[in-house]
Amino acid sequence: MLNLKSGAMVFAAAIAAQTAWADEVRVYNWSDYIDEELLAKFEAETGINLIYDVFDSNEVLETKLLAGQSGYDVVVPSGTFLQRQITAGVFQPLDKSKLSNAEHLWDTIQERTTRYDPDNAYSVTYMWGTTGIGAIPEKVHAVLGEDAPLDSLELVFNPENMEKLAECGVYFLDAPGEMIPAALNYIGENPDAQDVETIQKAEAVLSAVRPYVKKYNSSEYITALANGDICVAFGWSGDVLQARDRAAEAENGIEIVYNAVQEGSLMWFDQMAIPADAPNVEAAHAFIDFIINPENIASASNYVYFANGVNPETQELEADVIGDTAIYPDENTMQNLYTTSPWGPKAQRAATRLWTKVKSGT
Amino acid sequence: MNFRRFFLISVPYVWLLILFLIPFGIVLKISLSDTALAIPPYTPTLDLAGGWTSIKEFFSQLDFENFAFLTTDDLYWKSYLSSLKIAFLATFLCLLVGFPIAYGMANAPDEWRPTLMMLVILPFWTSFLIRVYAWMGILSQEGLLNQFLIWLGVIGEPLTILNTNVAVYIGIVYTYCPFMILPIYSTLEKLDGSLLEAGEDLGCSRTTAFWLITVPLSKSGIIAGCFLVFIPALGEFVIPTLLGGSGTLMIGKVLFEEFFSNRDWPVASAVAIVLLLILIIPIVLYQRNEQKMMEAEQ
Repeated sequence: MLNLKSGAMVFAAAIAAQTAWADEVRVYNWSDYIDEELLAKFEAETGINLIYDVFDSNEVLETKLLAGQSGYDVVVPSGTFLQRQITAGVFQPLDKSKLSNAEHLWDTIQERTTRYDPDNAYSVTYMWGTTGIGAIPEKVHAVLGEDAPLDSLELVFNPENMEKLAECGVYFLDAPGEMIPAALNYIGENPDAQDVETIQKAEAVLSAVRPYVKKYNSSEYITALANGDICVAFGWSGDVLQARDRAAEAENGIEIVYNAVQEGSLMWFDQMAIPADAPNVEAAHAFIDFIINPENIASASNYVYFANGVNPETQELEADVIGDTAIYPDENTMQNLYTTSPWGPKAQRAATRLWTKVKSGT
Repeated sequence: MNFRRFFLISVPYVWLLILFLIPFGIVLKISLSDTALAIPPYTPTLDLAGGWTSIKEFFSQLDFENFAFLTTDDLYWKSYLSSLKIAFLATFLCLLVGFPIAYGMANAPDEWRPTLMMLVILPFWTSFLIRVYAWMGILSQEGLLNQFLIWLGVIGEPLTILNTNVAVYIGIVYTYCPFMILPIYSTLEKLDGSLLEAGEDLGCSRTTAFWLITVPLSKSGIIAGCFLVFIPALGEFVIPTLLGGSGTLMIGKVLFEEFFSNRDWPVASAVAIVLLLILIIPIVLYQRNEQKMMEAEQ
């Protein structure tokens, strides 16, 4: 009798485990990239248990994906990385019939993402933005004078400016895929250069300002700017605006501005996609569909200060989001933005090596 | 009876096979492969289903190209050298800090020892990562250490410690000190006190007795402790990444770059194999030395 009972319990537990597995979705997204209330809302609406992990570099995500069996159902790589990962067979095509909100996706953005994902078969855009300069004008003006070029690469790549800025602190992104195109753009080379020779021209630009860069990091500048520990960060649009928001909340009197650079900024797209070996494909589609629901994506954008992939006309974005040209650039700036394609293995190795050399001097 | 003996001997060998030789074989195999844009990101992969011909083909595709590549760029040997230097110095610092602590513990009253032992082990109750993060808070410009030193009046301006090699040394010494203390403590604890008394009876001063009796007798503990600190310190990645600056060159960071940024698993594996070879040489030398000493004693 006892045996029978414990046997039944094991069986029941196994079923419970099975259903728990079936109703679970694992999402791997960038850090500081969502309104946490949305996550709770997703669980409440769908009854699906959500496990939400974060990363702060495409490289870490990619290595997990290429190793296989990452265990994630939804991941959010940037466009260039997505393109390469599609080639490697990492993703499965999306089942558009399961995405009832797909009709709201913004064609302006979708046109551009076909560069990475032809026909947008594997991914939908979560957020997009530009890479530019975050600055605390008061501090920058104090060291460089009133006419400091806050919206120009001159600010961060001209050693004369950087030498002075070192006093108040400058952070750069620790991402060769962002910094090398910017450096190439500064010297008038094609930022999307694929040949090793051109890529290596970025080294002189980056090494010349190396002594004045306090840190290379892709996430810490949000806090550092908000606290006023640094005065300039070369970073992602929404992150800088989050810093602005945090400083305002803390009422510490620090004012932060973000500018896409006049020489042209890199435009990037973070794409939601489903790995080929995702354990719960059904729930993955449910999550993506939930996120691109205009109401939900609007609250995400209102929170993280990044523009999203859904048509702005269908959603209620707050005035300081839709009205801010740092987030939704005007027509002129849009024309000026450039995109990059993924590097091949040789160019990638050259870029990584160059980046190590810039950072460590070896 | 024979079976039992065989079983007992085989246990450590099976252990070695599963936890060392097989993983080593896998890494060695990847280091001889080429990168590919696929899952997994290297080629060739072994297909046992294809039978003998596919296995032969598999082996014909392996080569030493990646090891040759390591010699073409001075980044690699510079990183190995810099890691060796940091690991050596950190081990020495650990010994300087760890030996007096172990000595103090071994000479403490019996009833204190369990508490002291507990205090050495206690940090392990917190995640290693969190403890290293805590050091970031302590060592930063606005951190506790700088505030304390300014308050004492020792310094006027905050020192830059975080993101330098000094912070890396502090991190390694802090993290690995218990691995130095514990083996030394266990040899010192077993030390026969009457030997010291005999030494003093024969006219040895306490300092001389310490150098002539205590230190030689704790040698096995010191060597074990040094290995336990040196080996993980050499391949350390977390500490130089979080506490070190971008100028801190360590092979663990190079390995990360190869693996994550370049997606070049074969070269990353080659780096790891060379690291292992660097570690194996001193270990083998040490083993031979021990064996000779044992033979000499017999």
